[in-house]
Amino acid sequence: MLYAAFIWTTWDTEDDLDAAEFERYGAFNEASAHAGVRRAGMALHPVSAATTVRWRDDEVLVTDGPFLESKEQLAGFYILDCTDLDEAIAWAARIPGARRGTIEVRPVLAEH
Amino acid sequence: MRDRIGDVFRQESARIVAALVRYSGDLELAEDALQDAFVVATEVWARDGVPANPGGWIMTTARRRLLDRVRRDTVLDDKVALVARLQELPGDPADTEDDRLGLIFMCAHPALALDARVALTLRVVAGVSTAEIAAAFLVPEATMAQRISRAKRKVVVARIPFRQPEPEEFAGRLTAVLSVIYLLYNRGFDDSAEPGRDGRRLGDEAVRLAGLLNTLVPNDPEIVGLTALMLLHDARRAARVRDGERVLLDDQERAAWDRDKLAEGLARVARAPRLGTVGQYWLQAAIVAEHMAPPSLDQRDWSRICVLYDRLVAQTRGSVVVQLNRAIAVSMRDGPAAGLALLEPLGDRLAEYVYFHTARADCLARLRDPEAADTYRRAINLAERPGQRRSLQRALDKLEVSG
Repeated sequence: MLYAAFIWTTWDTEDDLDAAEFERYGAFNEASAHAGVRRAGMALHPVSAATTVRWRDDEVLVTDGPFLESKEQLAGFYILDCTDLDEAIAWAARIPGARRGTIEVRPVLAEH
Repeated sequence: MRDRIGDVFRQESARIVAALVRYSGDLELAEDALQDAFVVATEVWARDGVPANPGGWIMTTARRRLLDRVRRDTVLDDKVALVARLQELPGDPADTEDDRLGLIFMCAHPALALDARVALTLRVVAGVSTAEIAAAFLVPEATMAQRISRAKRKVVVARIPFRQPEPEEFAGRLTAVLSVIYLLYNRGFDDSAEPGRDGRRLGDEAVRLAGLLNTLVPNDPEIVGLTALMLLHDARRAARVRDGERVLLDDQERAAWDRDKLAEGLARVARAPRLGTVGQYWLQAAIVAEHMAPPSLDQRDWSRICVLYDRLVAQTRGSVVVQLNRAIAVSMRDGPAAGLALLEPLGDRLAEYVYFHTARADCLARLRDPEAADTYRRAINLAERPGQRRSLQRALDKLEVSG
């Protein structure tokens, strides 16, 4: 069963991700791959690089910035293959972002 | 007949639904099949009488319903395997492994909101009908039905597991279960002090669930602690309403307490720490015990109460009401100035809380601080119950006479 684990944190620039945090992510990536749990993992550039796109009145509107103007922003996500929610929660708790931010775990409805 | 079926439901449904979930792996399918079986039971039993083994009758019927449903459903991708598994399911709950504990942990999983956990546990584990749950929580039946079906949906789609938690997560997950039971108990306890409302139902379900849990997990210090807490509250039941108004512990007629329940509660408070590491429910029970065990109020041991509150504050990670109660206990041990010092930092979060202003006013009055009068007036303005307003007014009057 696939779960997406979204990492919401308060960092604004790449500089906020220090070397120690990178190392912790490296360790998590290795452990989750080794356990056969990690199916994918993507780290995103900060929201200063975000662009929003939507159709309004037959016109494509493009704006600078993220969809949500909240303090915590989506910083990346993993796709984890777990047997049940308890296992997914246990892995989510090991993501370094769980310490400085929040991990949102969502079951995957369909994979394309 | 409806009562008889309701009784069978309450006694048997947890066991049956646990077996159905175990074999089908799907709470929604299992619950629907059980509901169908009870609808059939209502019709057939009214005509033919209650069968000799009502639990077996319902289980057999539910299994048949579940099989029909699975065979009809073309969307299920592992249908063949599921049908084969379901055919292995025994026709009598007595022949199945007792999976009720797995069911309890599933329904009270912390990934569900507390109100969803409460509703689902009452429905699925305690076998209370949706209409009765709705009535007990004063919400329309449709609202409660939706809450329960949303909770079931999340259990299924997020795959909340049907099993006992691993030893290292057991204590944390047990707390999630106990919070459901204690919420039910408190809700019933509060309701039974309201004129025209009988909270007995929810309180009884809470006691029944705690008893079931105690059977399934014997000698757990926190389960024993929660049972003690509920017994000690129960012991005060008759004393807590006078002339239609609530009476706080300090003002209660101690002779009206139920001596047997008090003794039972105190015995459990004493026993729990010998069973293992105690937690927040035992700590609460131990604090209540410190208030109730001495023969009179002035014989209470405030330093012991303070120590228990220190531990409770650490356990409940900053619950502001616990901190308020701790400040009151400290004011009794170390004097009003020490109590005030602990109360001040809570002011922002408790600005609208009548007990905060009452505690502050009491400390100020003991210090003969002129601010006490205004603080009592503030509390009077926030008080919702007439009895509470009157007792605050008496404290204010006393202040003005002596001042």
